[in-house]
Amino acid sequence: MMDFLTVLSDALRGAVGVEAIVYVMAAIGLNLHFGYAGLLNFGQVGFMLVGMYGVAISVGTFELPLWVGLLVGIGLAVVLALLLGIPTLRLRSDYLAISTIAAGEILRLTFGSRVFEDITGGVYGLQGIAQEFRDANPLPDMTYGVPGVLAFTHRDAWVLLVGWLVVALLLVVSWLLIHSPWGRVVKGIREDEDAVRSLGKNVYLYKMQVLVLGGVFGALAGAVWILHLGNVQHTYFMPIVTFMLWAGMILGGPGRILGPVLGMVILQFFLTGMDSLLREAIGSGVIPADTLSSSAVGSIRFVLVGVVLMALMVFRPQGILGSRKEMLVNVQR
Amino acid sequence: MSNDDGTAGRGAAEGGADEAVSAPELPAEPRISVDLTGVAAEPGVAKPDPILVADGVRRQFGGLTAVDVAHLEVPRGSITALIGPNGAGKSTFFNLLTGFDRPNAGSWTFQGERASGVPAYRVARRGMVRTFQLTKALTRLTVLDNMLLAAPKQSGEGMLGAFWRPGWRRQERENLERAESLLRRFKLYDKRADFAGTLSGGQRKLLEMARALMVDPALVMLDEPMAGVNPALVQSLLEHVTALRDREGKTVLFVEHDMDVVMGISDWVVVLAQGKVIAEGRPDDIRSDAAVIDAYLGTHHGAPAEEGSGG
Repeated sequence: MMDFLTVLSDALRGAVGVEAIVYVMAAIGLNLHFGYAGLLNFGQVGFMLVGMYGVAISVGTFELPLWVGLLVGIGLAVVLALLLGIPTLRLRSDYLAISTIAAGEILRLTFGSRVFEDITGGVYGLQGIAQEFRDANPLPDMTYGVPGVLAFTHRDAWVLLVGWLVVALLLVVSWLLIHSPWGRVVKGIREDEDAVRSLGKNVYLYKMQVLVLGGVFGALAGAVWILHLGNVQHTYFMPIVTFMLWAGMILGGPGRILGPVLGMVILQFFLTGMDSLLREAIGSGVIPADTLSSSAVGSIRFVLVGVVLMALMVFRPQGILGSRKEMLVNVQR
Repeated sequence: MSNDDGTAGRGAAEGGADEAVSAPELPAEPRISVDLTGVAAEPGVAKPDPILVADGVRRQFGGLTAVDVAHLEVPRGSITALIGPNGAGKSTFFNLLTGFDRPNAGSWTFQGERASGVPAYRVARRGMVRTFQLTKALTRLTVLDNMLLAAPKQSGEGMLGAFWRPGWRRQERENLERAESLLRRFKLYDKRADFAGTLSGGQRKLLEMARALMVDPALVMLDEPMAGVNPALVQSLLEHVTALRDREGKTVLFVEHDMDVVMGISDWVVVLAQGKVIAEGRPDDIRSDAAVIDAYLGTHHGAPAEEGSGG
């Protein structure tokens, strides 16, 4: 018999767990980029990388306090955004897209290379980064949640608590900014930057501000990730991470404050749930082992989730929270 | 109200403007008149009190010289039309003046200050606001947001200022009042909560014009304001354009193909052909100008067609 409670438990864990938090935070940044300003950032994973390595190198290699590492991570994200934005934000949006996807890969390969092994740990990465954070855990050592359905150790609960609080903070910051004259200009730039320019707004500056802010959100996602894992390796930062963020954002509805949260949580729910479901099915003989081996589950679940995503886009192309009315507006003349 | 050149078309346009005054919240201010009677109708002529003066403006695309304007003055408080056959360089000249393109040579001043080499957004802040040939409504913003966005010097426009709501609430209310009164005037008030993308082509032209006024410019530059507009709306648009001059004392420089429109509302007409100013003058001067007829119809032609259409 298949154990559906286990499947549900795994899916829920995926939906609210630390990985979901990390993806949600990075997707909130991406939503600022694409959903509000129309910036095509295909290298959000690069911002997560500098956030994560900023903490890891400061703490691991240079033995600095954790808060310094956080500032370094944020600072690196600002620098990366400026490096990407200064040459490309005056040009058509495609140039940012090309630069960001390349920058993500360049960063991953550079941080994993032997040349900088003394600093980055090369292919081995850096370990033992989260100790200071774990020592600061005020939660008593017990199990949190509903035993058997969704339970976390006090260490995980501490990361979840901090993580979701940071998510809430990022949402508040986004909401305040978007529902202000600043946000109005940014949305105007998404629609037609020449029109906004003709009305006396410094479009380049606004685009730069959005790129930096969304990038910093990505770096914070990386920082939360390392607080959970305690280690970092360059292999975490494959381009697929960025595309998962895009999928989650589009699923939830770009240009909606809660869009990336809902989309990412649902996507994680389905991904982990599907994984667990397939394994259960194979384990209990519902799916014969010679039809699907458990080693193929990892890729098959992506196929199945892809089908779900496609169906959703057919029936609700504006995303879960998106407005159909808004999407049907004739963007052309 | 003085009528300095007294063309029939101008008289009709003013009659139209009076109709628009029916909106109660707008006082009928006396128009700031521009006296161009003594100005000779020849290319590059100096005018009394020019708001915009361009010198030696040249723009080349490879081997093609799109714009080559030796000297041009736009008189303050007037409606000046920029006409010319397709490819004459009208829109390119517009783009240059408003900072959307860079010239290969030349300079120009706006209100006595050098305005060449200034980025587009600063040109607009100085009071020179343009519209576009292909209307640029911000489609997925509401009509009202389109208007509010354009208001200048908003303290909530800065990234840090945005967080301090009490700092921009009052200003936002004031801008809202101004935006709503403009929307009433341009008969878009009922549409204020709709996405701008749901407006018709003519309504988008109206919105663009109203939005430009939110910036409170001294010079309004309209790139083909009548293009693609339902003929029934043309008259109403014309009234709005003349009202800019007559009621608000704005200077208008506009590119247009429709000769009836040009001859009807312009105080001064500048004709571009192959990038050069080949003629300028009052509408009556232009109608009978041989160089203009040549440029439009070619050197060998029969009876000039403009005679009929210029009416």
